[in-house]
Amino acid sequence: MSDTRKIDRADSRVREDTGLAGAARGFLDQVKSGDLGILPVILGLVVIAVVFTWLNPIFMRPQNLTNLLFDAAAVGLISLGVVFTLMLGEIDLSIGSMSGVASAILGVLWVNAGVPWPLAILAAMLAGAVTGFVYASLLNKFGMPSFVSTLSGLLALLGLQLYLLGNSGSINLPYQSFLIRFGQTMVMPGWLSYLVALLPGIVIFALGLQTRQRRADANLSVPAWSVLIVKAAGLTAILLIAVWYLNLGRGVPWMFLFFAVLVAGMEYVLTRTKFGRSIFAVGGNREAARRAGIKVERIRIYCFMICSTLAAMGGVLAASRLASASRQAGTGDVNLNAIAAAVIGGTSLFGGRGSAWSALLGVIVIQAISNGLTLLNLSSSLRYMILGAVLALAVIVDSLARQSRASNGRA
Amino acid sequence: MADQDSGPILKLSGVSKQFGAVTALDNIDMEVRKGEVVALVGDNGAGKSTLVKILAGVHAKTSGTIHFQDREVEIGTPGRALELGIATVFQDLALCENLDVVANLFLGQELGPWRLNEVEMEVRAWTLLEELAARIPSVREPIASLSGGQRQTVAIARSLLLDPQIIMLDEPTAALGVAQTAEVLNLIERVRDRGHGVILISHNMEDVRAVADRIVVLRLGQNNGVFGPDATQEELVSAITGASDNSVSRRAKARSAAAEPKEGVAT
Ligand SMILES: Nc1ncnc2c1ncn2[C@@H]1O[C@H](COP(=O)(O)OP(=O)(O)OP(=O)(O)O)[C@@H](O)[C@H]1O
Ligand SMILES: [Mg+2]
Repeated sequence: MSDTRKIDRADSRVREDTGLAGAARGFLDQVKSGDLGILPVILGLVVIAVVFTWLNPIFMRPQNLTNLLFDAAAVGLISLGVVFTLMLGEIDLSIGSMSGVASAILGVLWVNAGVPWPLAILAAMLAGAVTGFVYASLLNKFGMPSFVSTLSGLLALLGLQLYLLGNSGSINLPYQSFLIRFGQTMVMPGWLSYLVALLPGIVIFALGLQTRQRRADANLSVPAWSVLIVKAAGLTAILLIAVWYLNLGRGVPWMFLFFAVLVAGMEYVLTRTKFGRSIFAVGGNREAARRAGIKVERIRIYCFMICSTLAAMGGVLAASRLASASRQAGTGDVNLNAIAAAVIGGTSLFGGRGSAWSALLGVIVIQAISNGLTLLNLSSSLRYMILGAVLALAVIVDSLARQSRASNGRA
Repeated sequence: MADQDSGPILKLSGVSKQFGAVTALDNIDMEVRKGEVVALVGDNGAGKSTLVKILAGVHAKTSGTIHFQDREVEIGTPGRALELGIATVFQDLALCENLDVVANLFLGQELGPWRLNEVEMEVRAWTLLEELAARIPSVREPIASLSGGQRQTVAIARSLLLDPQIIMLDEPTAALGVAQTAEVLNLIERVRDRGHGVILISHNMEDVRAVADRIVVLRLGQNNGVFGPDATQEELVSAITGASDNSVSRRAKARSAAAEPKEGVAT
C-alpha cells in the first residue's frame, strides 16, 4: 500500500478490505446483511446433486447432464426475459403462452406455408415484441397492473396458439433441418468447447487489469491482485472441469452456448449501460427515476418487449428441441419454471435487484430438479407439486433476504 | 449582488395549482434574477414544495405562466426542467435506495451511455462531495446505508452536477450537521456569485436572513409579502402566520411577562 491516501479511502471509518482475507470478510458481511448472491444456488445444486445421484446414479452421468443443458436453454431464454420485467417490479405471467404461440407461428409459417425458417423465427419474435408493447402500453396508458394484463394475455395467447394450430393440434418440424439438429444433437467440437471455457476467465482478467490501471491513474483505490486472480482462475477451473466432464459424454450443446452468450450480453446491458442503470432506478424508486429525467414509460416498453421477445425465442428453441409445435408447448410448468429460475438465481420479485446471470444459474437448478424427478419416473402431478414448493421456497428466501437487507440498511 | 438591470431568469405570473378540491397555490407571482438568492418561506402546508415541484416539472400547473430567460416555457416533465437548467433538491430527496452514491449522483446523466465510465464518475463524485464537506465513507455503498444528512448531501451534490441556471433547494439543511449546513450556505453563495439563481426553502429564519437577497412569504397558497434580508423576526413571523397576534408572538410575550414580575416582586 502506498502512503498517500487514495481519494476513496480518505475517511478513516472505511475498513481497508485488502487481499483475499478482506474479500472473504466483505463477502461474509454481505451474506449476513441479506445480500445472498449466488449462495442459495450453490447450496441448492449441491443438495440436488447429492440427493438425486443417491436416488438414481444416472443423474450425474455426462450424457444426462448434456441433456439437461439442452433442456435448460429454452426455459433459460424465457427466464432471461422475465428478469427484465421483474427488475422493474412488474411481472409477465404469459411468457409460457408466448413461447407456445411462437412455436405455433414457427410451425405454421415454416411447415404449412413454406416460409424459410429464419423468417418464421423473425415473425415469432415480432409477435413477441408486439405483445410486450401491448402490456407496457396498458400499464402506461391505463395503469393496468402487469399482473392482470399478462394474466389476461396468458389466456388470449393460449387461444391464439390453439387457433394457429387448428384441428391437427400439432405440427411436426423437419428432422433434417439445421434448426432441429441445433435443438437436439449439435454439440461443440471438444477442442472448441475447451477454448470457449477459457474465455470468461480471460475476459474477467483483462477487464480487471484495465479497471486496475484506470483506477490507479485516477488515484482511486485498486482492488487486490489476489482477488482478481482467484476469481478468474477459479471460474476457469470450474468451467474446464465441467467441459471435460461433459465431453466424456456427448459434449456441450451449441444451444446452451447460444443461451450463455445472450446472458452475457444482457448482463452487459444491465450493468454497463445507461439503459440498464435506468432499469435499476425505475425498479428501485420509480418517482425518483422520473424526477431524474428518466423516461419511465419508455423503459417499461423496452423491458416488456425484451421479455416477450425472449419468451418467443425460448418457444422457438423449445420447438426445435421437441421437433414439433404442439398445443402443449408452453403450457404446464413453463411459466412458473421460468419465473422461479430468475428468483432462485437472485432476481428479486420486488424490483430493483437482479442480474442476467440469475436466469442462467436458476434455470440450471430448476432443470436439475425437473430432470431428477423425471429420472425417478415420478408422474407430472408429483413433479408439479414439488416444483411449486420449490418456487414458494425461493420466494420465501427472497422475502427474508429483503427484510434482512432493510434492517441492515442495504435496500 | 443581484443583477438589477437584466430581466429575471425565472418569472412566474398568476401560477395556480389545484389538487382536487384543495387549492394548493393561488395566483402566485415570483421572480428570480441572475445572481440572486430568493428564500421561500411559509408555514407547513403553505404550498412551498408544490411550487418547487411545478418548476421542476413534477406537477403540472393548473393555470398561470412561467417565463424562463424571457421565453414562456411549459415545464411538462422533469427532463424538460433539467434541460432548461433548473435543478432541484426535493424535500423527500428522491434517491434510489438500491443504487450506490455514484449511480444516484449521475442518474439520468451517466457518462458513457453505452459503456459506463465508472472511474470518471467516481472521481467526479468525490470532487462534488468534497465541495460540500460531505462525510460519506464510501461512494460504493447503496444509499440505503447512509444517514439522513448524508443522503441530503448526496441530493444536493446531484443538483450541482449539471451546472444549472437555477437551483431550487427544498429544506436542504433540515438534516445537516453544523459544518455541513455552513458548507451548504457557502455553496449557495458560490452559486449566486457564479451568476446563477437560487430558490431556498427553509424554516430556519437565521439561515434565510444570512443568505437571502429577498424573502418571499407564502401563506395558505397565496403571496403574502416580499421582504429584504433586513426584515425583523416579527415582520416575517406575522407575514408567515398572517397576524401580529400569533402563537409565536404570544409565546414571546408570555416569556418576557414571566421574566418581569420577578423584578416586581423584588421591589
Ligand atoms: N400530491 C398531492 N395531492 C394532493 N394534495 C397535495 C399534494 N401535494 C401537496 N398537497 C397539498 O398542498 C398543500 C401544500 O403542500 P406543500 O407540500 O406544498 O406544503 P409546504 O409548504 O411544502 O409545507 P412543508 O413546510 O410542510 O413542507 C397541502 O395542503 C397539501 O396537503
Ligand atoms: Mg414542503
